[in-house]
Amino acid sequence: MTRTYALHAPRRPSRVRPYGITRGRTAADRFLGVERLISTVEFDPQRVLGMLPETAAVYEACRYPRTIAELATGLALPLGVIRVLVGDLAAVGRVRIHPPAADIPDRHLLERVLRGLDNL
Amino acid sequence: MASTISDASLALSAKIVIAGAFGVGKTTFVAAISEIPVASTEALMPVAAAPADDVSFARGKTTTTVAMDFGRIAVDDGLTLYLFGTPGQDRFWFLWDDLARGALAAIVLVDTRNLAASWPAIAYFERRGDIPFTVVVNLFDGQLTHELAEVRDALDLSPGIPLTTADARDRRDVREALRALIRHALNLLPSH
Ligand SMILES: Nc1nc2c(ncn2[C@@H]2O[C@H](COP(=O)(O)OP(=O)(O)O)[C@@H](O)[C@H]2O)c(=O)[nH]1
Ligand SMILES: [Mg+2]
Repeated sequence: MTRTYALHAPRRPSRVRPYGITRGRTAADRFLGVERLISTVEFDPQRVLGMLPETAAVYEACRYPRTIAELATGLALPLGVIRVLVGDLAAVGRVRIHPPAADIPDRHLLERVLRGLDNL
Repeated sequence: MASTISDASLALSAKIVIAGAFGVGKTTFVAAISEIPVASTEALMPVAAAPADDVSFARGKTTTTVAMDFGRIAVDDGLTLYLFGTPGQDRFWFLWDDLARGALAAIVLVDTRNLAASWPAIAYFERRGDIPFTVVVNLFDGQLTHELAEVRDALDLSPGIPLTTADARDRRDVREALRALIRHALNLLPSH
């Protein structure tokens, strides 16, 4: 097959040489990633009465586990606001912040994801 | 009470980042495989301080919103995979940091019509060095107009970084790109 094309893009300058893939990876900390799941602990409608509307909305929405990103979308609030509301609710035990699937992605997790993709 | 893997309170999540320049097909890619319509979250961004003569207290004057798209795939009963598209504007690097933190892996989408637009995204993941990534050429016209070797050379892509093609609209292509990404991440794990 003949190639009549020339790639006119200039060559990207100065590649940064990759280093060890796990270097710099830190264990999951208190940072609430957009993918982190939140769920309400023993939902009690009475508690909603004393809550500010946005706080109540998070408390009610998380009766089913939802991510930080889904809460932001569903409640039409910025991510930063959701993080504060969730942090406040978690501090008093009203919601639970699910652990990440792995602190550092490991073979078990990656193989599990691969199996899931195979089954799609 | 017996808890099972499908107990909602035990649900786990993981994420993959889909990066690339504006218009490269990130949202299309995520939408092709997501089991929910692609949703958009907004983050409030501070913008340059209002001019001194601006007496308005409107919030819109000091902040702007940046959208990031996401979709979702159920991996199994207990694990959901989220795909996050980076915000179009490369200048919001701290949002990239937010998205990349804790990600399993990332795909940088490129368009051969404007390879230079992909440089910042590739450089970003190279510089981080902690997130396995692959580069995927989105086949806008359904065929590759350049040898992949030429594309690799123009991107100065390290030999260790997989470079493949996909049609971002095609679910099977997207699935294969994700499978290749996870296999790459597995290959990078230290052997024991
Ligand atoms: N023909 C074709 N169009 C595409 C393809 N991928 C994306 N597009 C279109 O290109 C435009 C930009 O895609 P989008 O997914 O919004 O890019 P993003 O800015 O990276 O999220 C949209 O109009 C898409 O419909 C593709 O593989 N083939
Ligand atoms: Mg988009």
